[in-house]
Amino acid sequence: MKQVSIDPITRIEGHLKIELDIDSGLVKSAQSSGTLFRGLEEMLRGRDPRDAQRITQRVCGVCPAAHAIASAQALDDTFGIQRKIPPNGRLERNLMLGGNFIHSHVLHFYHLSALDYLNPHDLEGLELEDVKIRDLQSYLKSSDGAPFTPEYSGDYRLGNGISAALAGDYLEALDVRKKAHQMVSIFGGKMPHNMGTVAGGTTRKPDIDSITKFTSRLEEIKEFVEDRYIPGVIEVARTYDDYFEMGKGVPNFIEYGGFYLKEFGGSHSSTSKGLKGGVVSEDGNSVREVDLSRITEVIEHSWYGDEARGHPTETKTTPAVNKEGGYSWVKAPRYKGKPHEVGPAARMKINYLKGNDLVERELGNAMKEAGVELDQLNSVMGRHLCRAVECKCIVSMMEGWVEKLEPGEPSCANYEVPEEGKGVGLASAPRGTLGHWIKIENSRISNYQLVVPTTWNASPRDEQGTPGPMEQALIGTEIDDPDNPLEAARIVRSFDPCMACAVH
Amino acid sequence: MTKKSEVHPVVWLQGAACTGCTISLMNSPYPKLKNLLLDELVPGESLGLKFMATLMGGTGELALEVLERTKSGKNFVLVVDGAVPTGEEGRFCTVGEETFADQVVRLAQASIVVVNIGTCSSYGGISSGHPNLTDCISVSEQLNQRGISTPTVNVPGCPPEPSWFVDTLARIIISGIPSDDELDSVGRLKEVYGTLVHDSCPRRGDFTTGKYARNIGDEGCLVELGCKGPYTNSPCPDRGWHEGLNWPIKNNHPCIGCTEPGFPDLMSPFYEKFGMEEAEEMYRRLK
Repeated sequence: MKQVSIDPITRIEGHLKIELDIDSGLVKSAQSSGTLFRGLEEMLRGRDPRDAQRITQRVCGVCPAAHAIASAQALDDTFGIQRKIPPNGRLERNLMLGGNFIHSHVLHFYHLSALDYLNPHDLEGLELEDVKIRDLQSYLKSSDGAPFTPEYSGDYRLGNGISAALAGDYLEALDVRKKAHQMVSIFGGKMPHNMGTVAGGTTRKPDIDSITKFTSRLEEIKEFVEDRYIPGVIEVARTYDDYFEMGKGVPNFIEYGGFYLKEFGGSHSSTSKGLKGGVVSEDGNSVREVDLSRITEVIEHSWYGDEARGHPTETKTTPAVNKEGGYSWVKAPRYKGKPHEVGPAARMKINYLKGNDLVERELGNAMKEAGVELDQLNSVMGRHLCRAVECKCIVSMMEGWVEKLEPGEPSCANYEVPEEGKGVGLASAPRGTLGHWIKIENSRISNYQLVVPTTWNASPRDEQGTPGPMEQALIGTEIDDPDNPLEAARIVRSFDPCMACAVH
Repeated sequence: MTKKSEVHPVVWLQGAACTGCTISLMNSPYPKLKNLLLDELVPGESLGLKFMATLMGGTGELALEVLERTKSGKNFVLVVDGAVPTGEEGRFCTVGEETFADQVVRLAQASIVVVNIGTCSSYGGISSGHPNLTDCISVSEQLNQRGISTPTVNVPGCPPEPSWFVDTLARIIISGIPSDDELDSVGRLKEVYGTLVHDSCPRRGDFTTGKYARNIGDEGCLVELGCKGPYTNSPCPDRGWHEGLNWPIKNNHPCIGCTEPGFPDLMSPFYEKFGMEEAEEMYRRLK
């Protein structure tokens, strides 16, 4: 038995350690540890509820717009103003979140994941210098290659041609994700941590100037996503097609749904959404509705006291750094007692099965081109493919939302902060499904709990000893060289972990 | 352009942070991130980004070896985002087998200068917000407590707009570590942070004539909605964000004072106007 510790896992958000027990080349056991705790939930207690949109965004610099919206919807719910959000406010929230998705997905494939498949040394061997990557080639020749190298040795298969194209897209994608952030800032003031999403709607009424600036960027991004991102992922996926069989996690997927298409429909599940919610379990391909009361956070192996165990409406996050059996700052959310994977693979599969036309078409085409079936999406390449497909679907929906904006019409409803109340805000976030639960007493926050996408995916074992989704995806993996655990790194990164989110 | 010029090695460490500072730097219009990685920053000088967990190729041990190699060269600039959790002997944040509280001290000791990007590393920021369960402190405070005298420069903001950081770094590379005269009382370059938001706010005229916004989305000065522009130094009004595309007050949202040592506790509730006493206290701090 060989024990391997990978710490830090780089090219993700935040602080993650992975420990593996490898026997005869196979991963027998895996532990995922979040190694940073900040305590934002306890920080929210006692504060003005309206400050939650500003503070919860600081959970994550990569997906702040998702926290802003979950938090704003939790307040809309608490203040009883969900039905008063003007159409412009709803649309601008969708557009900001959409921009955040594009930035995050593009960042993940090119700047966080590509170096798992693309070996920079393959670029040095190219005789004909591609004009797009000439700078990069000459940099690699004249320097020690940092920060792109050193890299794990192992099986890199793309070869010169595809590597050059992917490296060129890596550089161009730097501008694409930046444009996506500019789109968020058109209605959000700035990014990261926008100043446009508030309870009641958004702060800036759309006008001709914001609409034209938004539309032109969206068109450029659309071109990149359709012509480069989707084909690029399919090319990599075909070259590494065995990774459609690797990194299979838990059989359960969950998503609350996000992007309101119409005004609030009386309950979360009755509201019409661009990305639908649901639960898919072991039993196969039937989708059930999510019952929020069945979510619990388990803390058997997390460094928290007993007050942190239970449904997010009733828990308190108390750190217990010396706890016996603890190995992570991530809690372990479970739905009906079981670990569930969240993220684009979960969301795309659920939407495909629920007959979301757009997803059915786009995912169908992508699966055909990649030569895979629906049950292969629960894998390393399945996650990458679904992320790209989701990006394309969101771009397409955003075109419709920009068109519906009504220049000069209001984007925000007025409200009074009540003395008491409670509410929940649910959103789709780039890495999966996101929930904020708030309680107010004396017009101040008396409890605030977040269950965040990577909390689900990177969760440690529960009280039954059942490993979390990422841990299960690692167990059973063949590792060619334990000193260069490239396969494990590829599996972990396919989840796009965000540890600042997971722990918060 | 090839890096034939002098290369200044850079190590980027992350403590109690959200990665917002990294992402903000990636938004830099010019120099773009590509320029920062591959090209010269100013004629004859370029950066050599050796260690940055968010973007680097190496993982685990392989990454930490780069860190130690660069450290032994003793000629690098240390950039830190995130505050330093000091509670429970630093165990709220660990990297490899080391606490971040120890790691940052070790690296700072070997570096030429420490540049704190963001309000967390500069002053504690969000990570140190009440009740501060992890006892987060700023990098400078941690270095003081451990008796490390490496000079530090702060680039606060939650996150800072990328040019604030790039300008500070370029300034250090061109003409060395800033003198005390060039920094304000809280360690920021005066050249970048020299102006009060309120003084260069385009809505200053509304303040003067008494045209105040009463609800979110209204035109007019935002002080009645809790704007902290009168107590906040930042180049937001002059430079804007994303190549001047927008910025919070232009977006009808009050400033929340994210570049100041008082963020978030002294600047909140964000949507309430300071009383006379709080206002006077803030002005005292600004001196």
